[in-house]
Amino acid sequence: MDSRDAIFERVRSAIGRKLGQKPLPPPEPLLRVSAKTVEQRLARFRAALEALGGTVTLVPNFASARQAVETLVDGQSFVASPHPFLAQCGIAGMPYANPEELRNACATAGVGITSAYCLLAQTGTIVLRATPQEPRLISLLPPVHIAVVPQDRLLTNLDEMLSMIPRPVDDSSAMVLVTGPSRTGDIEQFLVRGVHGPGHVHVVIVGG
Amino acid sequence: MSAPDPAIRTTLADANLQLAIYTNTGRFKDNRSKAVSPETLPEYQDLRTRAAEIKQHTLDFLDVYLLQLEAAVNANGGKVIWAQTGEEAADFVLQLAKEKGANVIVKSKSMTSEEIHLNERLIHHELDAVETDLGEYILQLAGQRPYHIVAPAIHMTRHDVADIFEEKLGVAHDTVIENQAMTARRVLREKFLQAGIGITGANFLLADSGAVVIVENEGNARLSHSAPKIHIAIAGIEKLIPRMRDLAVFLDLLGRSASGQPLTSYTSIVSGPRRAGELDGPEEFYIVLLDAGRTKLLADVEKRESLRCIRCAACLNTCPVYRKIGGHNYPWVYSGPIGKVITPQFKGNEKDPWLPFASSLCGACAEVCPVKIDLPGILLKLRHEAKPDPKDTRVFGLWSWLMRRPAMYSLAAKIGLSWLGRQPNGWLNKVPWPANSPSGPLTAWLSERDFPAPPPKPFRELWVERKVKERKK
Repeated sequence: MDSRDAIFERVRSAIGRKLGQKPLPPPEPLLRVSAKTVEQRLARFRAALEALGGTVTLVPNFASARQAVETLVDGQSFVASPHPFLAQCGIAGMPYANPEELRNACATAGVGITSAYCLLAQTGTIVLRATPQEPRLISLLPPVHIAVVPQDRLLTNLDEMLSMIPRPVDDSSAMVLVTGPSRTGDIEQFLVRGVHGPGHVHVVIVGG
Repeated sequence: MSAPDPAIRTTLADANLQLAIYTNTGRFKDNRSKAVSPETLPEYQDLRTRAAEIKQHTLDFLDVYLLQLEAAVNANGGKVIWAQTGEEAADFVLQLAKEKGANVIVKSKSMTSEEIHLNERLIHHELDAVETDLGEYILQLAGQRPYHIVAPAIHMTRHDVADIFEEKLGVAHDTVIENQAMTARRVLREKFLQAGIGITGANFLLADSGAVVIVENEGNARLSHSAPKIHIAIAGIEKLIPRMRDLAVFLDLLGRSASGQPLTSYTSIVSGPRRAGELDGPEEFYIVLLDAGRTKLLADVEKRESLRCIRCAACLNTCPVYRKIGGHNYPWVYSGPIGKVITPQFKGNEKDPWLPFASSLCGACAEVCPVKIDLPGILLKLRHEAKPDPKDTRVFGLWSWLMRRPAMYSLAAKIGLSWLGRQPNGWLNKVPWPANSPSGPLTAWLSERDFPAPPPKPFRELWVERKVKERKK
């Protein structure tokens, strides 16, 4: 008997179940979704992310989004996701011919610019989903991360996202909830930002 | 049943260490209280109850969820590796590393991998296996095991770190914590970019999505599962929860219970190797599912709930025993109340028989447990199962013999009372001859506390006197 069968046999004998026996339905998770206005969500998102050391810039249109990003990039080298929303804002990354090229660009750039799957107001969270338009390393290797996100993607909380899309990773290899900058308190619980991931997180929310 | 003394005495006598343990656990404890207070999270108790129910349900029907997980992982293009023992899990990693020529292996914090001594095994085979969580990295350089489930280097100061970095990395002695963190970033970034394999643990496994959930603050877990060509997640079979939606309950409890954070900086939900068109992410994805004693716990209906643990360490931070003796005086990698509860179940109760007894059963741990494990209740059960100490058996044997002979008992009580010597303040605080040997159990007990003396007249005498008086009336 291989390890798989051995473990299954031990599990079934431990809990007294037979192969193919139907389980009871699992208890429902408590999804807490309350209707919040856009203004409430914006205020909450800003308060939550700023408390963690991030910044939030609210802009009315694509052109001002591009301007806000330019100010934040401040002349540093940057990489940007090949994301249609960034293209709409006129924020174009270099096209990457292959994974190696992308990886090297991320390893040396000062700033990584992405869009996001959605934002969660309650916790100040940026939700990123790995897709061909949103590579993983752009928001991870550079010391600064800027996310440019349309305002209609600002949700109240994780519960709201999960109640709309219960299995958001079915067509992606990874989803990451980014809540503020990278941080550590491993030495004397002294807070240091940017220990492995970006130490600076900026969100530009594009209204209208 | 007493604990091995010398090591614990050393910890108790180390004033710096005592302060470090006390203040660090204290801060976690305070942050947790604030984060789950009725003002901050009014639904906290409902969430705890639901989390306990979902975890218990998953364990009770674990075969179904394991099958679901396996099917979903396969559908995502990943592979599940089943390991009955720690060696089997380590062997898989070792073989894969050799096959793929991966000499550098980056690892993010995982208690399960500590449990099976994965690093030692890999390093023994001349692989460069590097811990990447800052605390774990410091400990790896220092050759120590984690002091705490969540904050592994809780017992070290910036001065210790400066010494270790100077000695092991050859950098200048620097006690500025920011600089120390940036040194680690620089050194480890190189490793991330060279590594052929990234190893992570799993806080949860999602049966419906075939995904691994990893909760962290530093970004080293993200780097471990994103940068190398191969990602291996190692997890015990008890880590399953049925659906991604259940995270709405568990993520609200884990960060808050551990450090008071509503959400940690990064929560990764990894569901396989890179898909078509994705430019990065691993090309191969494995989940190693580990038994290594878990099915034994699962079979014990009364204590099965100890497998609900989500390793938040809230029970450590609140435990009066952990807060004095620290993490290294527990015999296994899991310390504190949860360590006391699972170590005897994994390793056998005979190995460290004192463990379930090193508790005042105050119940603080059960009160803060986000999945409502009855930790003191299980400790009591473990005590019942323990092989009785022959000394205890003799004492209680005599006691029971006396109790069955009322006249003898009353006489013994009289003699005993006059021998004990009641102090004027109504307390017993010294041990009379001949039981007063400095190493005797009574001396040890009374050296730290006083005992309320029995009243001068026992109840049975008062009762008789009252009967006599009533008859006279």
